[in-house]
Amino acid sequence: MSKSNPTDRLYSREHEWVKDNGDGTSIVGITDHAQEMLTDIVFVELPLIGKKVSKSEPMAVVESVKSVSDVYAPVSGEVLDVNLKLEETPELINQDAFGQGWIAKMRLSNAAELKTLLSAADYEQFVKEEKH
Amino acid sequence: MDYCPHTPGDIEQMQSAVGIASIDELFTDIPEKFRLKNVLDIPAALSEQETIAVMSKIAGKNKLPQFSLTGAGAYSHFIPAVVGHIVGRAEFYTAYTPYQAEISQGILQAIYEYQTMIAHLTGTEIANASMYDGASAMAEAAVLCAKMSSRNKIIVARSVHPEYRQVVNTYSWANGYTVLEIPYTSSGQIDSKTLQNVLDDDVAAVLVQSPNFFGVIEDIDTIADAAHQKRALLVAGFTDGTSLGILKPAGEAGADFVVGEGQSFGNPLNYGGPYLGIFAAQEKFMRRIPGRLVGATVDKNGKRGFVLTLQTREQHIRREKATSNICSNEALCALAAGVYLAALGKNLKQLAELNVYKAQYLKSKLLKLKGWKEVFAAPVYNEFVLRCPDARLVNNKLQAAGIIGGYELQKDYPEFKNTLLFCATEMLSKKDMDRAVNIIR
Amino acid sequence: MDLIFEKSKAGRSAAEVAASDVPDVNVEKVIGKKYLREDLDLPEVAEVDLVRHYTNLSRRNFGVDLGFYPLGSCTMKYNPKVNENVAALPGFTGLHPYAADIFAQGNLELIFEMQKYLSSIFGMAEFTLQPAAGAHGELTGIMMIKKYFEKKNEKRQVILIPDTAHGTNPASGALCGFETVTLRSNSDGGVDIDHLMSLMTESVAGLMLTNPNTLGLFERNIEQVAKIVHEKGGLLYGDGANANAFLGKVRPGDLGFDVIQLNLHKTFSTPHGGGGPGSGPVGVSAMLVDYLPVPRIVKTADSLEWSEKYPDTIGRVRSFYGNFSVIVKAYTYIRSLGAEGLKHATEMAVLNANYIKEKLKPYFDLPYDRVCMHECVFSGSKQVTESGVHTTDIAKRLIDYGYHPPTIYFPLIVSEAIMIEPTETESLETLNTFCDAMIAIAKEAKENPQLVKDAPLTTPVCRLDEVLAARKPDVCWKRS
Repeated sequence: MSKSNPTDRLYSREHEWVKDNGDGTSIVGITDHAQEMLTDIVFVELPLIGKKVSKSEPMAVVESVKSVSDVYAPVSGEVLDVNLKLEETPELINQDAFGQGWIAKMRLSNAAELKTLLSAADYEQFVKEEKH
Repeated sequence: MDYCPHTPGDIEQMQSAVGIASIDELFTDIPEKFRLKNVLDIPAALSEQETIAVMSKIAGKNKLPQFSLTGAGAYSHFIPAVVGHIVGRAEFYTAYTPYQAEISQGILQAIYEYQTMIAHLTGTEIANASMYDGASAMAEAAVLCAKMSSRNKIIVARSVHPEYRQVVNTYSWANGYTVLEIPYTSSGQIDSKTLQNVLDDDVAAVLVQSPNFFGVIEDIDTIADAAHQKRALLVAGFTDGTSLGILKPAGEAGADFVVGEGQSFGNPLNYGGPYLGIFAAQEKFMRRIPGRLVGATVDKNGKRGFVLTLQTREQHIRREKATSNICSNEALCALAAGVYLAALGKNLKQLAELNVYKAQYLKSKLLKLKGWKEVFAAPVYNEFVLRCPDARLVNNKLQAAGIIGGYELQKDYPEFKNTLLFCATEMLSKKDMDRAVNIIR
Repeated sequence: MDLIFEKSKAGRSAAEVAASDVPDVNVEKVIGKKYLREDLDLPEVAEVDLVRHYTNLSRRNFGVDLGFYPLGSCTMKYNPKVNENVAALPGFTGLHPYAADIFAQGNLELIFEMQKYLSSIFGMAEFTLQPAAGAHGELTGIMMIKKYFEKKNEKRQVILIPDTAHGTNPASGALCGFETVTLRSNSDGGVDIDHLMSLMTESVAGLMLTNPNTLGLFERNIEQVAKIVHEKGGLLYGDGANANAFLGKVRPGDLGFDVIQLNLHKTFSTPHGGGGPGSGPVGVSAMLVDYLPVPRIVKTADSLEWSEKYPDTIGRVRSFYGNFSVIVKAYTYIRSLGAEGLKHATEMAVLNANYIKEKLKPYFDLPYDRVCMHECVFSGSKQVTESGVHTTDIAKRLIDYGYHPPTIYFPLIVSEAIMIEPTETESLETLNTFCDAMIAIAKEAKENPQLVKDAPLTTPVCRLDEVLAARKPDVCWKRS
């Protein structure tokens, strides 16, 4: 069973989360449900710092032994920092998707996009429906 | 002769198990109008004895030359007996790709060892399990560079094997990339001034060979610097793999990728195939390179074992996002190369030196002929280019004596009239070479 | 088992270099020190140790000569020994590819005849034998499609690919600059005709179809499929990976295929060598002949010659002329079997597959229960639900019973897929004992699932840590 989804952040339908730092920056990662579907993550291709991404554009790649998935930008913005620890220990995403397994820190260019994202409860419901 | 073990009784029993009265019922999904009514228009079956007779007759229509003075991308080398015996073991040659690692440790370990030997020989950090041949390995490296850099120009030296350049052109056209050719200088090496002039921010890769098609050794360090200054990648090939026994490997000289034809390592000429595409790279490209990779790991008891790894690069997982579609490779040729290299060991150096001796001897003899001149000034390995009074006449004379002469460069380089590319490996005896020179005289 | 490097001892060798009969030269002087390498770190072993090393490695490998190898989609039929002997004739092995054509008339005849035989078996206008493997053939075929539209000045960016297709198909399309769009299958396992009609527009270059498809099912609506594609000016590409299902029964050319690629190492019995070499001939209909790769063989009054004079060719796809000695083996196979033998082979391959399907149906889910062609696809879903045993566990347990596992987790549209292709060279007894093993494993899955999950138990290594291999890749040995 996946861990429960923290309520301090928003979720995309592509299974990413965004946590507002309150200073104009946000942290982005993939959900625990996503890591569970992917199984053991063996490699993460991180975005370049400074890269500008638009919402829904692929910004990173996560690979397990038998699959490869794009991570889509849940919101538009500029990549300020990336989690370099994932280069050596990609399993951090498996162990702690909502914490130490974060992927990128971004500066949002369009805060209005946050309204298109789901709350923790709505995301849970979305995952449930997707399974059927 | 077919190889089906079914007796009429078996067929009957199986038909009733399947619930059909005749075999035809299995093919009713094929629309009636398309079902073949006549037998195929190919010859009737043969017994094994007849097959051998028919096939020997066809083989007999070939004329095996007494010896050959042409290399040009395919090289005649002595193959130690162990190579044939090992690759002839049915456990290896009747296996498919090692998808099930537990019952494929043999080929997996052998390929891991091959990868290690190739990386060392080419001066790179990693090598894959093989590509189709030297030409397609070079083309795939070029495509990869373009895809990684999002640049669309490929630069290739005109001193690269003409067929390799053609394959690079085909692959580049398919992907929408432009190919630019760089001339050679009087040394036979790439014209580095022109190279510097055309290198710009659109260039993904520079493709060279060393030794190149003229047999000439390129100055890889300089070319690598020039390419890297413009953030282009250097793909360095080679002609005869045995040259790596003495030559400084391109990977050490700064090449990002080293690709080439591995046929020289224990694989017969076979009229052009199957050969062995060698593909080696620096480690930073490991997760992008095409083809299979064997990696070492452990089982649950901590015992070392080998698996196909980083398969997410490959087409069966990445599908339309893969940088290559290669699946089947040349594993058995890679096995032969591994056995060959392990058999020779450090003697590969001595072998390479012997090739230099032979080539120098043949060259010195030919240069004594009236009107023969050396074309390029830079050092060579076991091939060299000479101008002569009448190249066609030379080859006709040799051919009449059952000898394959030099490669006529005019075919691919119109500027080279009466110019021949010769090759001398350890397979040519002094007597052979003296005889050839006497026939030409 | 130790690596060959770990067995190395300085001063040993398994191959001596012949003594020189020409004057020595000073290599450093002739070539120049800056171009020379400093060290050469290859293994140093005696011949007997070399032979033992590789012979012991071979004992850790499984091939068709050791046992049943029902690897779906790979057509692991018996590799006749006479083919090997023929390909090893010095006349075939000894020629340099640049030997003048008059030296190589036997080879040219064989290649020329092989093209004719394949054209006749598959109903195509012409074949090229250049591509080195099936995927290479695919690339070549799609390149020809690209060239065809380029010459017609038509911009078509899309290739349609069914959801049952091999992963090579979308990759081949993408490598020729096409966008690939997935075509759905219907509930019967065939092409969803309505979906095809909605996707097939004038920006679609073609449809890549495997027929029979990877479910082992023949496309019943093939005539309609071809018509829909052709009416919009598109081309129908055939992936011939499954050609063993229809030799002498139907010809792709007659069905409307414009291009088809084969795998000689599947259909025509050439050994796959632990991953290659293969050979991937490509056949085309008359309107694509001009685009075939060069060189091509031309017949003159008294001889056969290579020619490159084809202005509309896609160019060259590899050096020289294809995997020649693989072609020799396949040619020998065709001559041995003859027309009747090829047809019989197909019939027995299809009978064998249907027999296995019927025998195992009571024990495993069969998602598409209809007459199959050369292979049948089960699902291990029942076992997952009942006892948490996955298809991969069943596959590994089969190893303990002495079999190579079937293809698993493919095609993608069947969950927990088990794809079994017995081929024609397997006897009723072999099929029976294999089915008995599968049934026994189904029972074990229920009664002792852990046993199945721990399999294989009889191999030199247990299941290997693929996650570790991918997280910390070690693809080249380093001296510690």
